[in-house]
Amino acid sequence: MTAPTLDLLAAHPFLAGMDRQQLDRLARWGHRSQFHAGGRLFSEDGKAERFWLIRDGQVALDVHVPGRGDVLLETLGPGSVLGWSWLFPPYRWQFGATALAHTLTVEFDAAGVRQLCEEDPELGRDLYGRFIAVVVDRLQATRLRLLDLYREDRP
Amino acid sequence: MIPQPYRVVERKFETTDTVTVTLEPVGAGIGRWAPGQFTMVYAFGVGEVPVSISGGSCGLIRHTVRDVGAVTHAICTAQPGTVLGLHGPYGHGWELDHPPAEDLLVLAGGIGLAPLRPVVTEALARPGRYRHVCVLIGARQPADLLYTHEYGAWRAAGAQVLVAVDRADPSWRGSVGVVTGLLLQARFAAPRTAAFVCGPEVMMRFAARDLGYLGVPADRIRVSLERNMQCGTGQCGHCQLGPLVVCRDGPVVGWDVAAPLLSVKEL
Repeated sequence: MTAPTLDLLAAHPFLAGMDRQQLDRLARWGHRSQFHAGGRLFSEDGKAERFWLIRDGQVALDVHVPGRGDVLLETLGPGSVLGWSWLFPPYRWQFGATALAHTLTVEFDAAGVRQLCEEDPELGRDLYGRFIAVVVDRLQATRLRLLDLYREDRP
Repeated sequence: MIPQPYRVVERKFETTDTVTVTLEPVGAGIGRWAPGQFTMVYAFGVGEVPVSISGGSCGLIRHTVRDVGAVTHAICTAQPGTVLGLHGPYGHGWELDHPPAEDLLVLAGGIGLAPLRPVVTEALARPGRYRHVCVLIGARQPADLLYTHEYGAWRAAGAQVLVAVDRADPSWRGSVGVVTGLLLQARFAAPRTAAFVCGPEVMMRFAARDLGYLGVPADRIRVSLERNMQCGTGQCGHCQLGPLVVCRDGPVVGWDVAAPLLSVKEL
């Protein structure tokens, strides 16, 4: 594992447009990491101590259903951010996550980033705003899936 | 308006309820067609329905039809040798070259891939015409995906083909989520992209919105509208959508035209 370069963070869509100095401060709490296909990043109800920017590969969010095993809920690919349970108490994962393919990420230490956000409110507002946008986007996507649109499409 | 006789020469199940029929003209046929246009397909003794053209060459025409009613059932179950009637082609198609674009983005949901399939094949038949050809496909579940046997050839021809399903089965190894979620991975330069979108209307609205957020101009986004098309010639008015008669002015229209109409409830 090596420290992420600023360019790596700057190139990731989740951090697009972030001030260079803020990127530099954020980068101190991150490092590159990779996961082989089938590797578990975290499990449901585990401590949410990290989050990841996915650079390449694919990660599945899953939930264990008795009798059905780990049911795949959603996949996240390059350009996505994985993990927001670290933002709020009780800091526990609501779902699990597994790499579906060899996956390259930038992995962040959650406690360090939370501390950074308290010390630098401007950075905190920026970062929390980005996470809220992701949460809203996924909520909208979930609502669309609830509509079961394709069942009613026509020839 | 008189149906031209076409003989079914091939019938292929795409999914459990969706069939592609290949039709050969018995006589002169309906002539040239463009991707995005549709024909009225007549199952003799049952009735007729508008169906987008999903492919064909050298006089052959392919229609991909979902078995949802009496007429579509008659078409889906038509065995090779059966004669169907076609008239058309009708409507405005996708118009690949207007306006000129460097990148082509095709975004299809469910059976919406059918009218976009000829766009993909035509774009890939012209190497170098586009810098990137991205095909984003969404479906309810893996078993509902159309033309899966062609994705490999499209990729081999240079297209970026990304597929997402709403619900995975244990065999699925691809993406799970809404098709618009694939936009993050698609390779295209938004201001210079032509985006063609077809699928359930709500999906098209959200897709067009997301494309707009990414910087694709509204007049470079085209959608294929579905309304109750009955005559195909703009005479009966059944498919009126505000100032548009969809069979004549559509089914493919720019998002700059469609957006204000689709935001009106019950229009």
